[in-house]
Amino acid sequence: MTDLGCTIAGVESINPFWLASAPPTDKKYNVERAFKAGWGGAVWKTLGEDPPVVNVTSRYGVHRSFDRSIIGINNIELISDRPLDVNLREIEEMRREWPDRVIIGSIMAPLDEDAWKSLAIRVANAGVQGIELNLGCPHGMCERGMGSAVGQVPEFVEKTTRWVREAVNLPVFTKLTPNVTDIMIPAGAAKSGGAHAVSLINTVNSVIGVDLDNMVPTPTVDGRGTHGGYCGEAVKPIALHMTAEIARHAETQGLEISAIGGITTWRDAAEFIALGAGAVQVCTAAMLFGFRIVEDMNDGLSAFMAEKGYKSIEDFKGAATTRTVDWNALNMNHDLKARIDDDACIECGRCFIACEDTSHQAIRIDAKDDGGRKFTVIDDECVGCNLCMHVCPVKDCITMEPVDTDRPYVTWPEDPRNPLREAAE
Amino acid sequence: MRHFKVNSDGSGLAASDVAENFSDLHPPLSPAQAAVEAARCLYCYDAPCINACPTSIDIPKFIHQIRSDNLDGSAKTILSANIMGGTCARACPTEVLCEEACVVNHTEGAPVKIGELQRRAVDHLLAKKGPHPFARAPETGKRIAVVGAGPAGLSFAHRAAMLGHDVVVYDAKEKAGGLNEYGLAAYKMADDFAQAEVEFLLGVGGIEINHGQTLGKNLLLDALRKEYDAVFIGAGLTTTRQLSAPGEALDGVRDALDFIEDVRCASDKSKLKIDDNVVVIGGGNTAIDAAVQAKCLGARNVTLVYRRGPEAMSATGWEQDLAASNGVVMKFWASPKSFSGSGKVETAAFSEMREQGGKLAETGRNFDIPAGLVLKAIGQTLNEKALDGLKIERGKIRVDENYRTSVEGVYAGGDCIAAGEDLTVQAVEDGKRAAHSVDAALRLPKSGDLR
Ligand SMILES: Cc1cc2nc3c(=O)[nH]c(=O)nc-3n(C[C@H](O)[C@H](O)[C@H](O)COP(=O)(O)OP(=O)(O)OC[C@H]3O[C@@H](n4cnc5c(N)ncnc54)[C@H](O)[C@@H]3O)c2cc1C
Ligand SMILES: Cc1cc2nc3c(=O)[nH]c(=O)nc-3n(C[C@H](O)[C@H](O)[C@H](O)COP(=O)(O)O)c2cc1C
Ligand code: SF4
Repeated sequence: MTDLGCTIAGVESINPFWLASAPPTDKKYNVERAFKAGWGGAVWKTLGEDPPVVNVTSRYGVHRSFDRSIIGINNIELISDRPLDVNLREIEEMRREWPDRVIIGSIMAPLDEDAWKSLAIRVANAGVQGIELNLGCPHGMCERGMGSAVGQVPEFVEKTTRWVREAVNLPVFTKLTPNVTDIMIPAGAAKSGGAHAVSLINTVNSVIGVDLDNMVPTPTVDGRGTHGGYCGEAVKPIALHMTAEIARHAETQGLEISAIGGITTWRDAAEFIALGAGAVQVCTAAMLFGFRIVEDMNDGLSAFMAEKGYKSIEDFKGAATTRTVDWNALNMNHDLKARIDDDACIECGRCFIACEDTSHQAIRIDAKDDGGRKFTVIDDECVGCNLCMHVCPVKDCITMEPVDTDRPYVTWPEDPRNPLREAAE
Repeated sequence: MRHFKVNSDGSGLAASDVAENFSDLHPPLSPAQAAVEAARCLYCYDAPCINACPTSIDIPKFIHQIRSDNLDGSAKTILSANIMGGTCARACPTEVLCEEACVVNHTEGAPVKIGELQRRAVDHLLAKKGPHPFARAPETGKRIAVVGAGPAGLSFAHRAAMLGHDVVVYDAKEKAGGLNEYGLAAYKMADDFAQAEVEFLLGVGGIEINHGQTLGKNLLLDALRKEYDAVFIGAGLTTTRQLSAPGEALDGVRDALDFIEDVRCASDKSKLKIDDNVVVIGGGNTAIDAAVQAKCLGARNVTLVYRRGPEAMSATGWEQDLAASNGVVMKFWASPKSFSGSGKVETAAFSEMREQGGKLAETGRNFDIPAGLVLKAIGQTLNEKALDGLKIERGKIRVDENYRTSVEGVYAGGDCIAAGEDLTVQAVEDGKRAAHSVDAALRLPKSGDLR
């Protein structure tokens, strides 16, 4: 039997699926429904000092694909707008009523040692199993010197993390903002501050769209708009990269990763775990589909693990990390050619026009006897870029076949074609 | 598949049932449905559907324009290739044209609903009643006469007007549109669409239509040739084939086309009387449309009799299904022998047929069907008398690849020539291409001017 149980930063969880700090974890009512649905844990909606913040009306915008499905949402909400003691009482109740589930307290305070420490202590006393520092909110809160305004300054990241470590005897998760040029810098700072884990990513700075009739960005608040935080499926690649960087680099070894960003299915979660995450958090998928979405996350992940023979999350955690390398470590002699399966081809011509207009003019069209079109890859021109395979609407119709070059593994620094090559020997 | 209200128990149809029957065969796609449908299009390169459309509409482009919420642009893409894109969206047998070629058939088992998307875009533009989307080229001073205001003639007129010529159209009937107005099934052209489209098309300017003008009667080809720089004939096929069976002259034995025209022209269709027992003879569009519309009016028993098997019918499988699933009894391999009745037809007699050495032969077995109305739909032919002087070949006006008839300066297109199938969309294409052909000829220097 596969066991979905996992431990991250010393916190044990029945499964790796936690709700990220956001509207789904805003209050007891939601979190209770989430636990009933099968979520392993919840990072409570970020708590700040009283008096609570006040939100504006009109809060979300969405990014749609042509078929109207939502690929990303953006929001201009702030942290919890409910009084601190109400939140803390509900956390206590939930901890009592759901002893096998995880509740992490997310906190945010002005850049002041006392403020961070006293907030951390109050939240710890409510019985949470860990504290998460929200250093990522990229809208609203940052204009008050909090959220990403802290997370973007490595020194502040280290400082706030250390304050919380000193204040409480609980696992500390520092939640990072992706709105930086190199995630390794705040991740390293969190590590120096003593974080047990980093949670990432928070939302990506964004303007989700413009209302062209009224010439105002959306979501619109009484005729004006502001930038917000982007999340959902569209941000997953950004989060995957940042996860991989932290997992594979020596500077951040030992830092555990609670991965967040666009996780919608068990497969997304498995990819983050393969790149080194110990567990994952989800916000948008729950907001779009409800808490029931976790049912298949649990089920699908178990099935995947059973099929691959992984008995626990630990068995494949980081399995892809060592194969994630710098470009300079790739084999310059590797060669692929596209192959088009004639029987599967529906003759839409998408591969042709993609290669012809934007790649290497490596696909030829010939007339077939039945009046149809035959698409053939011209091997001499094909650079193996994969574009045709990706645009082909038929799964597995175009495959990329390795060419046996008989040539050794040669990286760019070693490649004779590199004018700056460091001579071997 | 649409299910009409039918009179299955003999109690008749309420007026509201009849009105509902003659509403749109397919209700228009809602914006949400259109978005989902448009998203299914793969945006093929050099798409097979374009080649399957006789007017070569750039289908992937217009569907993409629906996706990108550029409905005006989408409509212009359609109309620039096919000015009757609105009627074609309603009447084309897409299942054997663009939608048959759609590659999504292979991936999803059903094509993108190209016809319904086309309607979405064109209806949007027409409903706006804004300025006509196409501008005319500088006037050439040339004048062209068109005989017939059907799809071929009007498509010709529109394109010729766009190219800068002045066009005068002559038609025998009271209304323009040809079979769009008088022939296509009423539920395909609900809400007087044919006239709305004519009005839109004339919006280009430079086109005048004269009604009640019949070639061969009060209009003569020679006179037109003298008065105009060129003549285009799009007179369709106006003579209906007859059976030459005993009793054919009895009351109640009619041309299906006349019956269909009556249905099209009736503003309140529930006022039309329909016999309980209707027999339709034929295997094409006209037969199916007559049979289904008889059902829609409340006929209790409608039998369509065709002398060969279903695969030989020129009506598509989809049209046959529409008839069959609305209670039209399809009887194959039977040929009419005679009609009888006192004063008015009461019985239609048929002989069973079979194929023998590639030819139809009677089996010797006969049967009768009770019939208060017999509708003959065995084909239309050219009214050759009206076309005195033009070479006719196998029942159609002979034209070359540039739509030139045997008479200098006279061109023809649509059902009256042999190109392609007798479909609205083919007539539109003929008219469009003939207009370019005439335009090229009119712009040539006269042979005398050469040196
Ligand atoms: C009952 C029926 C149903 C059909 N259903 C469909 C369908 O669902 N889809 C489809 O694609 N096609 C259908 N068709 C075929 C389609 O209607 C024709 O192919 C198309 O209308 C041909 O256009 P046209 O301009 O050549 O001729 P027509 O539409 O026949 O127009 C000819 C015009 O010329 C005028 N005219 C004729 N003789 C003279 C004369 N001597 N002098 C002056 N004017 C004259 C007529 O009044 C008419 O206006 C159907 C046809 C019929 C009969
Ligand atoms: C409406 C909304 C409010 C959010 N509020 C918070 C918050 O209070 N604290 C926090 O740490 N992150 C907050 N987030 C960020 C999420 O926790 C998460 O990091 C981000 O949405 C990426 O994950 P996802 O792609 O699964 O949504 C919020 C996100 C959304 C959409
Ligand atoms: S892999 Fe790239 S270069 Fe090769 S045929 Fe496909 S699109 Fe063209």
